[in-house]
Amino acid sequence: MVTLASAEQAQVRKATRAAFGPTLVELADEGLPVVAVDADLTGSTTTKKFADAKPEYEARLFNCGIAEQNMIDVAAGLSLTGNIAFTGSFAVFGTGRAYDQIRNTVCYSNLNVKVAPTHAGVSVGPDGGSHQMLEDVSLMRGLPNMRVLVPADYAAARAALRLAAQTPGPVYVRMGRASVPCVYAEDVQLELGRAYVLREGTDVTIVANGVEIREALAAAETLAEQGVSAEVIDAFSVKPLDTETILASVAKTGCCVVAEEHSVIGGLCSAVSECLAQNSPVPAEFVAVKDRFGKSGEFDELLAYFGLDAASIVDAVKKVITRR
Amino acid sequence: MDPNALSAKANGLRCHILRMLAQAGSGHPGGSLSCIDILTALYAEVMNHDPANPEMEGRDWFFLAKGHAAPALYAVLADAGYFPVEELDTLRKLGSRLQGHPDSSQLPGVEVSTGSLGQGLSIACGVAAGLKLDGKPGCVFALLGDGECEEGQVWEAAMFAAHRGLDNLVAIVDNNGLQIDGNIQDVCNPEDIGTKFAAFGWDIMEMDGHNMAQIVETLNAAKEAQGGKPHVIIAHTVKGKGVSFMENQAGWHGKAPNAEQLQAALDELAES
Repeated sequence: MVTLASAEQAQVRKATRAAFGPTLVELADEGLPVVAVDADLTGSTTTKKFADAKPEYEARLFNCGIAEQNMIDVAAGLSLTGNIAFTGSFAVFGTGRAYDQIRNTVCYSNLNVKVAPTHAGVSVGPDGGSHQMLEDVSLMRGLPNMRVLVPADYAAARAALRLAAQTPGPVYVRMGRASVPCVYAEDVQLELGRAYVLREGTDVTIVANGVEIREALAAAETLAEQGVSAEVIDAFSVKPLDTETILASVAKTGCCVVAEEHSVIGGLCSAVSECLAQNSPVPAEFVAVKDRFGKSGEFDELLAYFGLDAASIVDAVKKVITRR
Repeated sequence: MDPNALSAKANGLRCHILRMLAQAGSGHPGGSLSCIDILTALYAEVMNHDPANPEMEGRDWFFLAKGHAAPALYAVLADAGYFPVEELDTLRKLGSRLQGHPDSSQLPGVEVSTGSLGQGLSIACGVAAGLKLDGKPGCVFALLGDGECEEGQVWEAAMFAAHRGLDNLVAIVDNNGLQIDGNIQDVCNPEDIGTKFAAFGWDIMEMDGHNMAQIVETLNAAKEAQGGKPHVIIAHTVKGKGVSFMENQAGWHGKAPNAEQLQAALDELAES
C-alpha cells in the first residue's frame, strides 16, 4: 500500500514536470551517472534546474537546440558510454517527432534511455491542438522493450523518474505542464508493473492514471454520496500493466471505467481492455479523448470540454453499472 | 599492414560480400562494395579494438550509419575474429545473428543497431560527447552514405558536433553518387556535401575511397587531429567497386547476384 498525501499536502498544487530537474539532481547526488538531453526547452522541462544545481552538473545537460531527432540519438550515444540518459522536450515532439529514433535506435538496441518529455495531454492548454499530445502513450506502448509510466502528481513523477533510472533499458515517463493537487505523500515509492488501489469499493472499478487520478478520486466521493461504492486504481505503470490487481478488482465489482488524459485509442483504455477481454470480459466505459485533436483553452476548462473531468467519470460509472 | 596487403584483404572480403549476398538472395551489394576498402582499413589498420573484448575500455568506435552496407561490416567483423567466418553464409536467414541490417542485441562488434538512415551520426555524436564528458580516450567513426545526407537529421548532428567541439568524431561520407532511384543529382541533389559540413564548422578532408595508402593516411590523420572541430572525410568511391558489371549502376543498390553473376564477379576479383 502506498501513502497518500495528508489533507494539508493535498492542497499543494505542483506540476509533474516540476519533479524532472530536482529528481535528476537527487539521482546524480546519489552517484548515478545521469545525463539530460533536451531541445531548447530546458526551462519548461526543468532540466535546467539539474544543470544549475552544481557546477559539475552543468556539463551533464546537453542542449541540442530545436532538433528532437538528434536529441534522442545523442541520448542513445551517451547511454552507450555508460550514462543513464534522460531526454526532454514536449511530449508531442519528444515522442512523435522522434518516433523512428526511439523505435529503431533506443528500443531496437534496448538502450538505457529514459524518454521523459513534459507538457503531455491537454495540460499544455492554450497552446492548442498542435501541442496537446494525446497519442504518446499509444506510440510508446507499442514499442518492444519500452516501459510506460504515467505518474499522477509531483511525488509520483519523482518516484517514476527514480524507477526509470533504476530500471535498465528504455522507459517512457509522461509528465504534464499544469499544476495539479498532490495525491501521494512526498516520499512515495512506486514499483514497476504495480497498480495501486487508492480507494476500496465494491460496485465499480475505476482504473486511471496521470491527472485523471484526482478526477477519479473526486468522482468516487460524489458516487459515495449517491450510494455507489467505487474502487479507484492508479495504473501509473501502463506497461507492464498490473493485470492481477485490475482483475481482482473487477472480480469483485463486475464492471470497469478507464480514465486517462489521452486518446481512447492505444493507451490505458486499450491496455485494460486487452486485459479484460482476455481474462474477464466485464462491461467497460472509457473516459478519454475520443479520437480527435485538442483545442486551446485553460487546462481545467479542457478537462470538462473533452469529458475528462470528475463529472464525466460519474456519468461513465452510472452507465457501466447498468450494463453489468 | 602495407597498403597492397590491405587491398588484397579488401578484395578477399569483396568475395565474402558477394557470396553471402548470393546465398541470401537479397541485400545490398553496391554500397557494400563502395565502402569495403574503408572498412578494411579501419578494422585491420586504423582502429584500436579487440574482437575478444568488444567493449574494451579506450577502444575506438565505429557506427555504420548506412546500415544497409551490413554485408561489408559483417565481412570485416568476421575477418577480425568477432565471429566465425562460416557464419557469413547465414546472412538474412531466419535465426541468424546476421540480420538484414546490423542488430547490436545479437551480434558482437556491432555497437548499435542501424538501418534507418540519418541516425548513425547523431549516435556517434552522443558517444563522442560521452567520452569527452568522462575524459576518456577513443575516436568515434561513423560511415554515412551520400544519399543518406538527404536526411535532415544528419545536419542536426552536424550542428551539434561542431557546437560541442567534438574533435574525437570522424564522419566518413561514402560518396558514390548513387541512390536507389538513380543519380543523387537527379533524385534530390544535396549539392556539395563537404561544403555543407564545413559551413557548420567541421574540418573537412577528402580521399580516394579505393586508394588504400590514401585511405589509411587520411583516416589516421583524422583520428590524430584535434583542434576542437569534428572531422569529415569525403570519400570518393564507386558504387559496386571491383565488379565491372555492378560499378556505377544504381540497379545494383539492392539486388543480389544470381549464381552465374556471382561466378563472373568472383572470377573478375580473382584476376584483379
